[in-house]
Amino acid sequence: MPIFSEQEVQEFAELQKRYGAPAATVLPVLWRIQEKMGWIDDSAMEEAAAICQVPKSHIQGVVSFYTMFFDKPMGRFHVQVCTNVSCMLHGSEKLYNDVKGKLGIPNHGRTEDGMFSLEEVECMGACGGAPMMAVNERFYEKISTDEAFTIIDQVGASGNLPTPKFFSQLPELSEATNR
Amino acid sequence: MADTPKLVLPDIPGLRNIETYIAHGGYRDAIGKAYSMAPTAVTDEVKKSGLRGRGGAAFPTGLKWSFMPKTNEKKKYLLINGDESEPGSFKDRQIFEFNPHQLIEGILIASYAMQIDHAYIYIRGEYGYWVKMVEKAVADAYAKGFIGPRMKENFRPSGDGVEFSVDITVHKGAGAYIVGEEMAMMSSLEGGRGLPRIKPPFPAQSGLWGMPTTINNIETMASVPPIMKMGGEAYSKIGDPKHPGTLLFGVSGHVNRPGVYELPTGTLLTDVINVHAGGVPNGKKIKMVIPGGSSMPPLRGEQLEGVKMDAENLKAAGSSIGTAGVMVMDEDTDIIHVLTRIAKFYWHESCGQCTPCREGTGWLLKLLQRFDAGEAMASDIDLLHDVAFNIEGRTICALGEAAAWPVRFTVERFREEFEKRVKPGLTVESPNRVHSLRKGGLDIVQVHVPVVERV
Ligand SMILES: Cc1cc2nc3c(=O)[nH]c(=O)nc-3n(C[C@H](O)[C@H](O)[C@H](O)COP(=O)(O)O)c2cc1C
Ligand code: SF4
Ligand code: FES
Repeated sequence: MPIFSEQEVQEFAELQKRYGAPAATVLPVLWRIQEKMGWIDDSAMEEAAAICQVPKSHIQGVVSFYTMFFDKPMGRFHVQVCTNVSCMLHGSEKLYNDVKGKLGIPNHGRTEDGMFSLEEVECMGACGGAPMMAVNERFYEKISTDEAFTIIDQVGASGNLPTPKFFSQLPELSEATNR
Repeated sequence: MADTPKLVLPDIPGLRNIETYIAHGGYRDAIGKAYSMAPTAVTDEVKKSGLRGRGGAAFPTGLKWSFMPKTNEKKKYLLINGDESEPGSFKDRQIFEFNPHQLIEGILIASYAMQIDHAYIYIRGEYGYWVKMVEKAVADAYAKGFIGPRMKENFRPSGDGVEFSVDITVHKGAGAYIVGEEMAMMSSLEGGRGLPRIKPPFPAQSGLWGMPTTINNIETMASVPPIMKMGGEAYSKIGDPKHPGTLLFGVSGHVNRPGVYELPTGTLLTDVINVHAGGVPNGKKIKMVIPGGSSMPPLRGEQLEGVKMDAENLKAAGSSIGTAGVMVMDEDTDIIHVLTRIAKFYWHESCGQCTPCREGTGWLLKLLQRFDAGEAMASDIDLLHDVAFNIEGRTICALGEAAAWPVRFTVERFREEFEKRVKPGLTVESPNRVHSLRKGGLDIVQVHVPVVERV
């Protein structure tokens, strides 16, 4: 079973017109695969190669190069804790270890029920909100271990991501702007 | 504080909505002025403003634009760098979130000046949430006919202006610091691994798909509309004359109010930290500041007095403006541990093409881990310095320097911190030393190699 319908393949063909060569849609196509399937398996790579008109080996090279592409199944909710300098100065090494202990999985591991996976990440561009934890695309900034645990519990119970409490790093902008 | 100009991130509620942006003169004042001039005159205006790139190298923007061919035989591309992965940098994200339309208007003006066919906004994958915000802004601007073929109806040229249209596409990265390097970003956009290439050829001759390409940072682009509105001359009078305008300072680490502050260039570093970011918690002293993102030379706490935050003054003070990501560390900070983490980052992010970078970053990390664990020997301090020094200038891209600088300058400026971590009495004579001793006229059989086992 191919991942993409004929219509979706057609959409990629349209997208390719916005670039100088079809290969430029490698990243967009792989992102769509990962959104649909959760990770990028062997047959998906073949399909991507055909759409982007590149050899499959090229796709394999790309998937292995970029840290955000998964070549194995990961959790529905991918928990990331930054341990780079600005976060480290605000205790992120402890936060990471606490979260790791709570989930009971190693770095790049996945819980048995497939709900969570964990990754220790490099700077996420949230240094002003250190320490930070991201779940999928949501950033939770200036959080304590307790708050991180609450978020994980809420996600586990409801399957939804709570709204981050702290969402701006522009203290001088008015409240209204921050909405 | 209140009278410092806010050009890139003005305090206007809801500015991210296209209607609000339009209500404040968006897609009209700045672009209207540009379209009343000949394209080359727009470039000249940017040259006059003195605007320098905000992506790290502070290269004069107008000059960069003037490298593009003036003819339209080949397709021309503009690539906007939103990879923002340098630890300590989080400023471009605020533009995506609070003022995406000013970024777009800046791109439209730059595209007009260089007669670009297609502009790409490359945003790091970790910013998925913000990618969507920018995609929405681009879609809204398309719907209004501000981008794409309908530009010709909406923005009628006047004076010396010419008819023009350009397309904009948002491209999402997938996690790789090295992609922020301009040549790597082109490889990545073309659909490959993000590997830097040797220059020349420079992008203005042969960039994306072999065509002339210009690469600029997000904040650089968002600074263009205010320049058009007020004129290059007026802009050049803001802040430091050699590096004019406002900068988005991202202040993080040990400060009371971490965040992004838009301030004129040439602002005192001590003011950035103490006045704007609220000073160090509990009145502690500052041990170290990295003023421009983690790849820049660190400054000692005692070195900060009178240091101004702009490219030239910071260079004179022994560091570099980089991305203006100010990382503050108080007196209790374990500098060695911090530096080890920095070294780990660059080791992790090296793409591996150049031996000095690939092997050197690994050696820096190994040596620093020894210091971190208190297992280093006295000679390791100079070895560390030596390894760092030998990476610089011997690599394809500047990641080599990015890895070496923080280490080399920390050794030079905080030597006592390393000495404290040396394990007394630990020495290792390496076999190589013996090899060189032979030339000293020793009988080989006489050479004795004392080796102390590591614990
Ligand atoms: C390793 C490395 C990483 C870089 N990362 C970024 C980045 O994340 N964002 C950026 O704008 N420039 C980055 N740069 C600088 C770019 O190569 C380029 O100089 C810049 O985007 C040009 O834009 P500007 O002239 O507007 O500053 C990086 C450079 C190197 C060597
Ligand atoms: S300096 Fe490092 S990151 Fe840059 S091309 Fe060489 S190996 Fe790759
Ligand atoms: S150091 Fe953690 S987000 Fe930048």
